[in-house]
Amino acid sequence: MDMKHFKYVLKENPVTGFAFVLFGLFVLLAIFGPLIAPFDPLDSNAGEPLTPPSAQNWFGTDSFGRDIFSRVIIATRLDFGIALSAVLISFIIGSSIGCAAGFWGGWLDRVSSRVADTIMAFPLFVLAMGIVAALGNTVGNVIYATAIINLPFYMRVARAEANVRRNAGFIEAARLAGNHDVRILAVHIFPNILPPMMVQVSLNMGWAILNAAGLSFIGLGVRPPEAEWGIMVAEGATYIISGEWWVALFPGAVLMLAVFCFNLMGDGLRDLIDPRRRT
Amino acid sequence: MNAPERNIPLLRVQRLQKHFKVGRNAMLHAVDDISFDIAPGESVGLVGESGCGKSTLSRVIARLADPTSGALQFEDVDLAVHPAAKFARDSRRGVIQMVFQDANDSLNPRYTAFDTIAESLRLLVGMKDAAQIKARVEELATWVGLPVDLLSRYPHQLSGGQKARVGIARALAPSPRLLILDEPTAALDVSVQATVLQLLAELRDKLGVAYLFVSHDLNVVRLLCDRVVVMYLGKVVEEGPAEAVFTTPRHPYTQALVAAIPDPDARGRKTVRAEGEPRSPINPDPRACRFHGRCPKGEPKCELTMLDLKEVAPAHRVACHFA
Amino acid sequence: MSPETIVHADPRAAANVPPPLLAVDGLSLEFRTRSGVVRALEDVSLSLQKGELLGVVGESGSGKSVFAYAMLGISDAAAKITRGTAVFDGMDLLGATERELREIRGREVSMIFQSPRTSLNPIRKVGHQIEDVLRRHAAVRGQDLRERAIDCLKRVRIPDPARRYEAYPFELSGGMCQRILIALALACQPSLLIADEPTTGLDVTTQAAIMDLIVELAHERQMATLLITHDLAMAAQYCDRIAVMHAGHVVEVGPAQVVLHQPQHPYTARLIASTPHTADSIAAMQPIPGSLPDLRAAKLPPCRYSARCEYRTERCDTEALPVVPIDATHSVRCWRAAA
Repeated sequence: MDMKHFKYVLKENPVTGFAFVLFGLFVLLAIFGPLIAPFDPLDSNAGEPLTPPSAQNWFGTDSFGRDIFSRVIIATRLDFGIALSAVLISFIIGSSIGCAAGFWGGWLDRVSSRVADTIMAFPLFVLAMGIVAALGNTVGNVIYATAIINLPFYMRVARAEANVRRNAGFIEAARLAGNHDVRILAVHIFPNILPPMMVQVSLNMGWAILNAAGLSFIGLGVRPPEAEWGIMVAEGATYIISGEWWVALFPGAVLMLAVFCFNLMGDGLRDLIDPRRRT
Repeated sequence: MNAPERNIPLLRVQRLQKHFKVGRNAMLHAVDDISFDIAPGESVGLVGESGCGKSTLSRVIARLADPTSGALQFEDVDLAVHPAAKFARDSRRGVIQMVFQDANDSLNPRYTAFDTIAESLRLLVGMKDAAQIKARVEELATWVGLPVDLLSRYPHQLSGGQKARVGIARALAPSPRLLILDEPTAALDVSVQATVLQLLAELRDKLGVAYLFVSHDLNVVRLLCDRVVVMYLGKVVEEGPAEAVFTTPRHPYTQALVAAIPDPDARGRKTVRAEGEPRSPINPDPRACRFHGRCPKGEPKCELTMLDLKEVAPAHRVACHFA
Repeated sequence: MSPETIVHADPRAAANVPPPLLAVDGLSLEFRTRSGVVRALEDVSLSLQKGELLGVVGESGSGKSVFAYAMLGISDAAAKITRGTAVFDGMDLLGATERELREIRGREVSMIFQSPRTSLNPIRKVGHQIEDVLRRHAAVRGQDLRERAIDCLKRVRIPDPARRYEAYPFELSGGMCQRILIALALACQPSLLIADEPTTGLDVTTQAAIMDLIVELAHERQMATLLITHDLAMAAQYCDRIAVMHAGHVVEVGPAQVVLHQPQHPYTARLIASTPHTADSIAAMQPIPGSLPDLRAAKLPPCRYSARCEYRTERCDTEALPVVPIDATHSVRCWRAAA
């Protein structure tokens, strides 16, 4: 992927550029968060409890007097970490199974499609709740639960994309060139279904973040006093009625921004990765 | 079976059948009891309209699909006994190669021209040394008239003619003895078509590779091929030297086919056309001639007995009561 | 009297020739794309008499389809006509509103396309699709509709039309679908038919039958036909006149047999020599060197064929090209013919 193409895609679509910048910003926060944050996220002496946004506490403070701005920054690493791990797991497992099912068909296709249907038959968030409740209330289990509920999406996209390509001329040609089936899948089909998969990955990242935050919001997964956007919104929710709007608004807004950023990035990623869109 | 004039055929297709199950008790007879030979270095044209089974036949011969029954005697071995799924790793995979019709669809969009050509060198020829592979790919590119500096390009950066050349170079890479060409010029413009045809003729003379040229463009077949096999609904209806088949076609279907070639000098002349729709290839009546119903000469006896190919002139065989 | 005798019997009688049904004069059209302005058509002048068959021949990228679509007023938003006029039966096609164009499309001017199957509505019976056209353009109502629709199918030589009336497109072969499309196009007795590669993708035998049908119907109804094709041999066999296009220019126009046997433009000559039909051996085929010029280039030479031409002179790249009349019916766009 050369720079020229990268620049071209960004020039064609400034919204994608904006999404990439935003993403870069989040990544920086995730890596250098502790260095950037003005206060310790657990320090309850950052200011008076429930102070509105001020020069000292940009996003105000919560009921324990912790600095919301610092907590929002620190939480980035955890939220991105959960979402990224979950998406990676479901991408790797889901696309391998889907690819194989779409290429070979037969029993593998029937079994995997039914499994995907079964997962999809549940309200996904409730399913995730159930999984975490059953496996135990840990961050690791939030990751697994998020990965499982995202699996069907990858399986379906990969299956459909592999299926339309299995009779393509270049696959027949690959057989003539001495490729066996597994190699055809890995070398000829998989790289060609990456572009549509990337869109799915990006959309899913946003969704996974929401899911992780949602689980924390209802008290599963990450537990207080850990800084996490979902918990912070949950904690702030009680103060909205009494007029302390900043406690829930800022983590909520950042969460929204992160989801928004991933949704915008999807199409841009596909353009970057697809050689046919290079000029 | 008549004694071939040529010594040992390169490929002997014997009573080949390929049936597809299309429903309960419904069999589509795509290839029905076909036999013919291809001599070393010979060019055989396979013509017929879409749906006549010529593509299925070429895929079976290329060992991309398994025949329902019959033999594919390649020199001294029967290739039909090796299942297509395992044939990719067979030591004989390289001897039969194929050039596809649609160069867009048959090139991996994420492979450069170099990768496409080099793949079978690595997998089939077993070349390991990068310099050796590079030298061979460049040699192949030169053979097919593809500028070496285009080798780093992706398919979408190449023109239609250049893509066709990449497809030909890829097929030639493992030094095949038989090259199946599936309408290699159908998607090309006239001006490009001429160069590609000349290239194919030149490569055949230079490399001594045999061609099975599948096409519906009879003019092209006439120019490029020594012999022609005419298929109609899964059956061979006529087979013979290209010149003889085109100048004196004996089967009514071949006659209609030849009459349908656009001819600027035939302006206003009324020619014989095959009227009506073809019979269904699903569970065909084994006794009836497949062309019966569209045939201008058809008689009741055509419904009752279908003739096998019989020799009407040296090496010219026709399956028709009236030939 | 057959159409060719009306138009070409005697060049001196040209003054008595009725005004053409379609007269295109100096038409230029460009596409504005993100990589630059594509000058797809330049100074295209063609005319078509009532009942005449004109073949527009060219390779892909020659602008032949763009021309056809421009005649119907169908072109994408990026297309812009920069110069020229197109008059159809006294009506200015380029200045007409979308409403006026819709009025004549289907009734006065009809089109058949390359892929018959995708041009038909897949979930509607073919008989009903013909009725839709009749209802809209011919104001046929009620009981007559079905009868008229079956009549249309009969006229395109579809066997057993009453049964085919009930068929869906997927139940019919490609050749049969093309016949349905022709039936649709001819339902309202248009005076001009535009056929864009009507037989591409069909078998040779079907192709011949479809072309026979188009020509027969055109003669029967005195319908002018514009046949867009890449196949010079086919155009020569079926058309009265041929226009050869290259890179957005009409390089040669003339009676079919004259263009075929005495081509005046180097490109036409090469096109004929590169067709397998006329060659007696592979070696005798003469490929056309080079490729189409980039139509986005800011400075295109006046003759867009010059880079590929064996007779190129300095003049070809500098002076504006003349359209040189060889005789009253045959003209060529080339400096060599002017000399």
